[in-house]
Parts: sequence; C-alpha cells; structure tokens
Amino acid sequence: MNGRTAAVAFAVAERHLRKLVSSPALFIPPLVFPLFFFTAFAGGLSAVGDVPDFGYPDYTGFQYVFVLLQTAAFGGVFTGFSMAADWSSGFARRMMLAAPHRFGIALGYVGAALVRTVVIVAFVTVVALIAGMQVGGNGIDLVGLYALAAIVNVVATLFASGIALRFRTMSATPLMQIPVFLVLFMAPVYTPRHLLGGWVHSVANWNPATALLEAGRGLLAGRPVSVALAYGCAIGLAALFGLFSLRGMRAAERAG
Amino acid sequence: MTLLQQVRWIAQRSVLRTIRQPAQIVPSLIFPLFLLAVNSAGLDAATKLPGFPTSNYLNFALAVCFLQAALFAVSIAGTDLADDIQTGFLNRLSLTPMRRAALLLGHLAGVMVLGLIQACLYILVGISAGADIEAGVGGALVLVVLSVLTCTGFGAIGVLAALRMGSSEAVQGLFPVMFVLLFLSSMSLPRDLIANDWFRTVATWNPVSYLVEGVRSLIITGWDGEALALGFLVSIVVLVLGIAGASASMRTRLVRT
Repeated sequence: MNGRTAAVAFAVAERHLRKLVSSPALFIPPLVFPLFFFTAFAGGLSAVGDVPDFGYPDYTGFQYVFVLLQTAAFGGVFTGFSMAADWSSGFARRMMLAAPHRFGIALGYVGAALVRTVVIVAFVTVVALIAGMQVGGNGIDLVGLYALAAIVNVVATLFASGIALRFRTMSATPLMQIPVFLVLFMAPVYTPRHLLGGWVHSVANWNPATALLEAGRGLLAGRPVSVALAYGCAIGLAALFGLFSLRGMRAAERAG
Repeated sequence: MTLLQQVRWIAQRSVLRTIRQPAQIVPSLIFPLFLLAVNSAGLDAATKLPGFPTSNYLNFALAVCFLQAALFAVSIAGTDLADDIQTGFLNRLSLTPMRRAALLLGHLAGVMVLGLIQACLYILVGISAGADIEAGVGGALVLVVLSVLTCTGFGAIGVLAALRMGSSEAVQGLFPVMFVLLFLSSMSLPRDLIANDWFRTVATWNPVSYLVEGVRSLIITGWDGEALALGFLVSIVVLVLGIAGASASMRTRLVRT
C-alpha cells in the first residue's frame, strides 16, 4: 500500500468516524444493542449454565463471546449501511472521482468499522467484567480471541460492502443484516453444541460461526479448542468476501 | 352517518391498507416463527433444569410469538397513522364530520385482523411442530382472544405515539424499546428459575412477563385462573391506557390542524 492509498483510506475512515461522533442516532443503537443482548442473555439465562453436561465454567463468559462476535459482525454490517447511504446520496461517486486509488476507499471503510467496533467491544467488556465474567485465558489466548473478532469484523464489512456496492441504496440494508443474523443465531448461542436440539444442531455442525464461537469461548476460558479451524474459516471468508467486495467495486465503477 | 358506519369505513380502509403491505406483514409473521424455531432448539436443554414446567421447550417458547406479534402491532398501527399525518390525510379528515372515536377504533381494526391471522398461524405452526395446548380447543380460542386484545392494546400505544410524534421514523424507533421490554421479561425462563436477582426483579415488575405467562399458562398448565386473570388484566390496562392517551392526543392533534 503506497502513501496515496493510505491517505485516501485515512480520509474515508476519518470522515466516517466524525460522522458517527456527531450523530448520536447513528452511534447509540449499535452501542446499546450488544449491551442489551448481553444483559438479556447473560442475566436472564444464567441458570442455563447449571444444566447437566453444560461443560463451560461461566455463563457470563459464554455469552460474552457470542456478544463479542455479534458486535464485531454488526460493526461491519452498520458500516455497510453507511456505505449504502453514501452511494444513494451521490457522495461516493464524488469520492470515486477524487480518489487516485479506489482500493483506499474500501480500506477506509474497513478501518472505520474496526475502530467503531473496538470502542463498542471495550464498552461491553467493561460491563462483562463488572458483571463478574471469569477470564481463564492468558495474554496469548486473549490476543487470539480479539484477533478473531477483528477478522470477523473485516469479513462482515467486506460482505456488507459487497452488497452496498452492488445495490447502492439503503433499501438493500436487510440483505446485509438478515444473513448475518441468521448465521449467528444458527450457531450454539445459548448452550454448547452438544446440548442443541433438532435441526439447529444439524445446521450448527456446518455453520462456520460455530467454529468461531467454540474457539472464542475456549480462548476466553484458557482451554483453546478448534482455534486453527476458526482462523481457517475466518481467513477463508475474508478472502471470499474480499473478492465479493472487489467485484462489487467494479460493478459500482461500471454503473458510474 | 352514525358512529358505527364511520367506524366501518375507517376500519375497512385500515384492514385493506394493512393487508396490502406485505413488507409490513411478512416480517411480523416470519420473524417470531424464526425465533421460535431457533430458541426451541437452542434452549431445549433448559428443560433439564429442576422445576422447569415442561419437558418440551417448544411449548414454553410458543407463547413468545404472540407477544412479538403485539410488538409488531405498535409499529404497524403507529406507522400507518403517522403516514396519514405526514401526508395530510388526517388534516383533510378533520374537515369532515368524522368523529374522533370512529377514527381511533377504525384505525385499530387493521392490527386486530392482523393479530387474529398471527394468532391462528402461530397455533397451527406450533401444533404442527409438536406443541400441545394443554387447555384444549377452548383454551386455543381464549388464546386467540387474549392475543388479539394484546395486539389491539399495543396497536393503541403505536397510535398514541404516532399522534404525539407525527413521524413514522419516530414510531419505528419505538420498536427496539418494546423489544427490550420483551427480552427483560420471563420470556426465556420461568421467573422462579431466573438466577440473577436483579433480572428476576425487573421481570417481576415488567408487565410483559404477565402477558407471556397468561398465554403460556393455556399452553403448558391448562386453566390457570390467576395467570389468565393477570394476563387479561395487563392486556386490558394497556388497551385502556393506549386508547385514553390516543384519544387525548387526537383531540390535540385535530385542534392543531
């Protein structure tokens, strides 16, 4: 990446973040929703941790990892919303004319998504620690956990940007959020996979979000499991949706 | 034109308008069923907790669908009326001899019909998926009545919000608030099995818990007079407060226009 691409990326990210800070209506819902899910699941369902064979030491931590990955994924989706808004308002077309390297534009959105997600994750983590979350993992485990969340954020941003670049309208926002919502909730959200019943258990066996959740929970508890599989899934999805986003950018360029 | 005739005309418009908006209706039918499917499989293990009232989580979770339908009623009724305010339809209507009561009652007809469709669909899907309604056919009918009453009450809250705020975006913003009320209730576990004291306290003070428990009692317990009475009481209080508030706001809104 040369200096000009970096300058474009920085400018796009800075604009996006300034817009967020100056518009509470854009920033508060993505901040409040993870907290709300964490409160409802970790608070309301904590007795589920006492189910025989649950096998995880702390239900608060169990739900924290789900909310962490959900926050990471929806941080990317909400950035896709902003991208769609920029296209439907015509601002993105002016950016395309002004930017010498369009890769920098995509990079700017990815960077902005990461920054906004880091802020929300920090907030949720403080709440989880106050709520008594137990952290069994060492420093390396935790770096592994948060790096995994960062990759999930990039994956979701690339997916949502691919949709935003193809449709270039806010009407496409359900196409960004519904698939992410479905993938996340067809994984072991409330209980470990072996306690899931019916069709969700069958779907969860093939759902990449299962590997991400299981690895994340293992890293938080200091008992890493399926880490290579989770990273493989995350990096594979990043490559796949990177291509999807790139082709979306080409489609947007062709559309003028 | 009599009051009844006026109600009929507005109700006809409201019902047709609701039915002609698949973008509003489909999510309100599909989303609760999706969550039912996911939660009944995902939380099936919770039935192994000592004291859990049923061995099939589907029976337990089915009640939540009816409350989600009521939450959708807030945004459907409210958004439709807010659109009428924004497009000036309400202003034009205020020039006619149409009575406020007719406007209000007629406007709620759309969510009443939708509530009826939703209740029947959830019962049919629930039974097809293996749920049992312990109170039998009579209980299913009471379930439909309670569900429609609750939808109408929440629809009145949506109408009240629309009249106060006059903007469909603002009414849509109420949906997450209502969603929070549902999640902070006894929707996922019985109150006596909620381990966190503060959550159990919030759920006990949250009126939505009693609506969920009223519906759930018909599915799991059979005829539980206390749970049913509390469910109907909360539902009627929501309806009365919603209609009283909406009626007062309608007076102000029509004076303003």
